[in-house]
Amino acid sequence: MYNAKAVIAGIVIFVVLASSPFWLGYRGKNYTSTGVVLPKDEKSCIEDTEFMRAQHMRLLNEWRDEALRNENRVYVSAKDGRKWTISLQNTCVKCHNNYQEFCEKCHVANSVYPYCWTCHIIPTEGK
Amino acid sequence: MFASLILVLLMGAIAWVGASIGLASLFGVVLPYVAVVVFIAGLVWRMVYWAKSPVPFAIPTTGGQEASLDFIKQAKIDCPSTTWGVVKRMFLEVFFFRSLFRNTLAEVRENDPVNNGPRSIYYSSKWLWCFSLLFHYCFLLVFIRHFRFFMEPVPSCITFVETIDGIMQIGAPRFFMTGGILLVAVLFLLGRRIFNQRLRYLSLANDYFPLWLILGVVVSGICLRYFDKTEISQVKIFLMGLTHFSPVSPEHLNAIFIVHLTLVCVLLMYFPFSKLVHAPGVFFSPTRNLANNTRRVRHVNPWNPPKQFFTYPEYEDAYRDAMAEAGLPLEKQPEKAAE
Repeated sequence: MYNAKAVIAGIVIFVVLASSPFWLGYRGKNYTSTGVVLPKDEKSCIEDTEFMRAQHMRLLNEWRDEALRNENRVYVSAKDGRKWTISLQNTCVKCHNNYQEFCEKCHVANSVYPYCWTCHIIPTEGK
Repeated sequence: MFASLILVLLMGAIAWVGASIGLASLFGVVLPYVAVVVFIAGLVWRMVYWAKSPVPFAIPTTGGQEASLDFIKQAKIDCPSTTWGVVKRMFLEVFFFRSLFRNTLAEVRENDPVNNGPRSIYYSSKWLWCFSLLFHYCFLLVFIRHFRFFMEPVPSCITFVETIDGIMQIGAPRFFMTGGILLVAVLFLLGRRIFNQRLRYLSLANDYFPLWLILGVVVSGICLRYFDKTEISQVKIFLMGLTHFSPVSPEHLNAIFIVHLTLVCVLLMYFPFSKLVHAPGVFFSPTRNLANNTRRVRHVNPWNPPKQFFTYPEYEDAYRDAMAEAGLPLEKQPEKAAE
């Protein structure tokens, strides 16, 4: 092998970088569950769980546009046709009233920092 | 072009169907491990293979005046004559694609006012440089951003990259500029091969295939983030399971995620055996890693056999008697040599 020193150094750097998803993961904690605490007194959300988990951000964005730009405060659920008031503060946060135990559990772990709370008040469960 | 497009679509479709009929673990767990092993072992093999290949001639690319007499100005970066100069040129090549920046385009312009007819013109063409630079850096940033799925807690540097990337605050989830620019850049690199007649003539399946493949990865990724979403905390749980060697089933994840992951795995496995190895290859190119000092330093071909020298004293020892008989001048006369 020619230039063995430089080549071996290069190969070591490459292997360290290429395997970084593996060893970097080991330096921190494992992540096996979200640890979300669901509201106690309400059993079902406005749409089914699957949809809410994946698409809630889109729903919230649509709600913002409906309420603030179209002055439409009524949302009809696609699940059961029930009517809901479009309001983060009065509808969502009424049940999901603990920011630390609900929103933050997934958001912080997945590095999601939405800008909801630049206008709205962070719910802290009556504190 | 179409064959490689169909190949990529077929692989995506296989992953999609596989995920739908319950083979998600095959595509989500087995394939990534195989792909990572093939990628790392393949590239190490490739680098060792290159390092073992001898360089018979000194063939550095010259892009300017080489080192000469003192009063002739040397182009120190484009024609380096020292190792340090090579390092500088390599740095500019790897980080800023200097050789693409120097790209010129020759074209015959019909009805040119200067000639009152056709005239060949040469001008600087920066498009390829611009878009390949955007492509590579955006791909790097997108790759770095994905570490939020591999690390718990997410380090602040990755959060910072995301903040800058989504600083326009368009929509929810926020639009990441690198993703959009990456898509545009891939489309440019692809369009360049398709719509430029000369390039199209030169392009082969192995030029189109990686572009379609990367386009597939980018489109499925963008789709997962903005359109047909999947729950990212489940994605993180799944990926952390992979990196901690205790995989969890990806059955409940969106089929597009499996397609995205499968295409990434194909890219990783394809990487060491394709033109994509230009990444380590640039460091192994004799045209790039040698200094242009051929007039000062002798480059010995490593496969030259050892020289069989026959010096003059040995020659005289062999033919002394015959030479003396013929009356040729000798350094040692026969009677002296016999002593």
